[in-house]
Amino acid sequence: MLPTDPAKRLSFQRYVSDGDLVIVYERHDNMKAIKVCESSVLQNRFGVFKHSDWIGKPFGSKVFSNKGGFVYLLAPTPELWTLVLSHRTQILYIADISFVIMYLEIVPGCLVLESGTGSGSLTTSLARAVAPSGHVYTFDFHEQRAASAREDFERTGLSSLVTVGVRDIQGEGFPNEFTGKADSVFLDLPQPWLAIPSVGKMLKQDGILCSFSPCIEQVQRSCETLRSNFTDIRTFEVLIRTYEVREVKMNRFQGNEGGSIESLPCKRRQRSNEEINGLENSSPPVVMARPSSEARGHTGYLTFARLKCVL
Amino acid sequence: MAARVSHDPFGKTLKIGNKTYSLQPLIGCHFGSLFQVETGGNGPFLSPVIQESNQEEKGCKIDDPKDNRALVDNNTAQTLTGDEIDVMRREGATGNEIVEALIANSATFDKKTSFSQEKYRLKKQKKYAPRVLLRRPFARSICETYFKKYPTRIGFLRVDSLSLLLSMANITAHSDVLVVDMIGGLLTGAVAERMGGMGYVCNTYIGVNPYPIDIVRMFNFSDEICKRIVQSPLTELSACENEISLQHGPPEDSCNTVSLSNEKLASPTSDSVIVERIWIFKPHNGRPGYGCLDYCQRSPPTSVVFSSFCNLPPISSAACNMHAQFAAWENGNWIANAEPWLREYQVLPSRTHPHMQMSAFGGYILTGTRICSA
Repeated sequence: MLPTDPAKRLSFQRYVSDGDLVIVYERHDNMKAIKVCESSVLQNRFGVFKHSDWIGKPFGSKVFSNKGGFVYLLAPTPELWTLVLSHRTQILYIADISFVIMYLEIVPGCLVLESGTGSGSLTTSLARAVAPSGHVYTFDFHEQRAASAREDFERTGLSSLVTVGVRDIQGEGFPNEFTGKADSVFLDLPQPWLAIPSVGKMLKQDGILCSFSPCIEQVQRSCETLRSNFTDIRTFEVLIRTYEVREVKMNRFQGNEGGSIESLPCKRRQRSNEEINGLENSSPPVVMARPSSEARGHTGYLTFARLKCVL
Repeated sequence: MAARVSHDPFGKTLKIGNKTYSLQPLIGCHFGSLFQVETGGNGPFLSPVIQESNQEEKGCKIDDPKDNRALVDNNTAQTLTGDEIDVMRREGATGNEIVEALIANSATFDKKTSFSQEKYRLKKQKKYAPRVLLRRPFARSICETYFKKYPTRIGFLRVDSLSLLLSMANITAHSDVLVVDMIGGLLTGAVAERMGGMGYVCNTYIGVNPYPIDIVRMFNFSDEICKRIVQSPLTELSACENEISLQHGPPEDSCNTVSLSNEKLASPTSDSVIVERIWIFKPHNGRPGYGCLDYCQRSPPTSVVFSSFCNLPPISSAACNMHAQFAAWENGNWIANAEPWLREYQVLPSRTHPHMQMSAFGGYILTGTRICSA
């Protein structure tokens, strides 16, 4: 997934090969991660796709099924991975993820602690941020979930950057071997205040903690605990509004026929078909945008705090 | 209380209110150290504050019987006059002493609820005993400081928009990134920070003169990172088949030893393209976005993740045209136009609510992944 390995790095000479992870893109809301295996096939509503047809093609290729249907093969990125991974828990999405990476001031070489691992959505982005010389140590008390996360990091090629441990961080705190070594710590726990004293021990001077909680009561209690030896305690909510951008034909008002004022929005490609059908009395299309009607209204509160500096 | 970002503390000064303070006392201190303004024999100076290990949370209760029924806004509550404060100052009273005097002379302080007492104290402390907190310069703090003080200089790029740009463009060590940075170098610096000196940040521009990237100086970058920041005109990038010659390094004074004349980059491929366009300020002066899209087309498929920031709503065409351009291009995929929204909260016992003021607009982000044209 990451360009750390020069042999696997995307270039004009890089083609899909046996064993590669590809993101099969049907539509922006329909994607799937698949490990290419020469003898295997992908079956979906568009027909049967042979993996062997994919091998040797560049990433980004349009590939066809036996029925002439097509999908795109994309190279995986942490953002795409977040959209395709299997949800074993509630996951973090792009807006929160990018904000966390920025606010935790993570740069290549950092040592980052995380708990819980969950489905590994954030972990993938953390790994990209610390690569190639840093490391993410992530902990989950759920043995099976930790094992599945480990398998995922193997698939995405991040296992050299991420270590998954099984540990109850709320109960036991982070392992002592990381005392004073962590640049940043991320908590996504039901009772984060229980882990905060341990985080204080793990962080380097001036290191930053982020705690993600969906409920304000959790935030309230965490902040009370944080006030004892953290400073710059700030809580944010970050959301994204997406826009649908369409081309719309504004038909001229035609008095004698009663006339339509505006045709329905249509996708650009459909428009070109219509043009062939000979709709000539319409004026050139205009690009229109409107916010998507449904959006994620709440994910969680992000609380950041910095370890107090002792002079 | 945000102290202005300063390029280099050695021999520099900082202006707080109407007085100038030497930054000398800061040298040798840890990031995170707190300083307070004090006045000594040689005039005002910054002195380190020893932080009380555990400040006792005062018992603020929501069912505090006090309220504001007795408060009358007739400007007579404070009996200490401005002249008396000046006299105290001349006699060498510290800021904290003035704050205490103000509280003692306030007729209404005791009638206030403990919440508003705390608020009053903070307000006075900010005025009479300002504090300076040392923070390590990171893209986050630089962006936030500029957004607060000089938002126009960074094209109103809010920190959450910046973080989205960097994530969506898949910036990481060992990638090569083409940047059109018309916001003084914040974007270039933020990208370079994420790459940690591995891979190149190529700052491209339309026309003869590179866009200024002075903000890069504030990042405290090492030589290794500075060497990876290069500038090259878009025409040259487009003209080169196999090699890009990077004629210009960043401005001479930006870092210690950067001058990249005639250094060659192996291939003209880049992994990501980030474009920042400020149409509000440069309405017809070049359309870097379009040039870059053409350039994307010549890069290996899917390696290019395009991420763009603009200040005009999609409906008023900047982002929208870009979107249409992408669709027409037939090479874009997974195109999304998004507007981030960021709200900060005050979290205090029994007083949790969103901040009264928030930034109402953080820009629009357009992203896409290049796919094969075949």
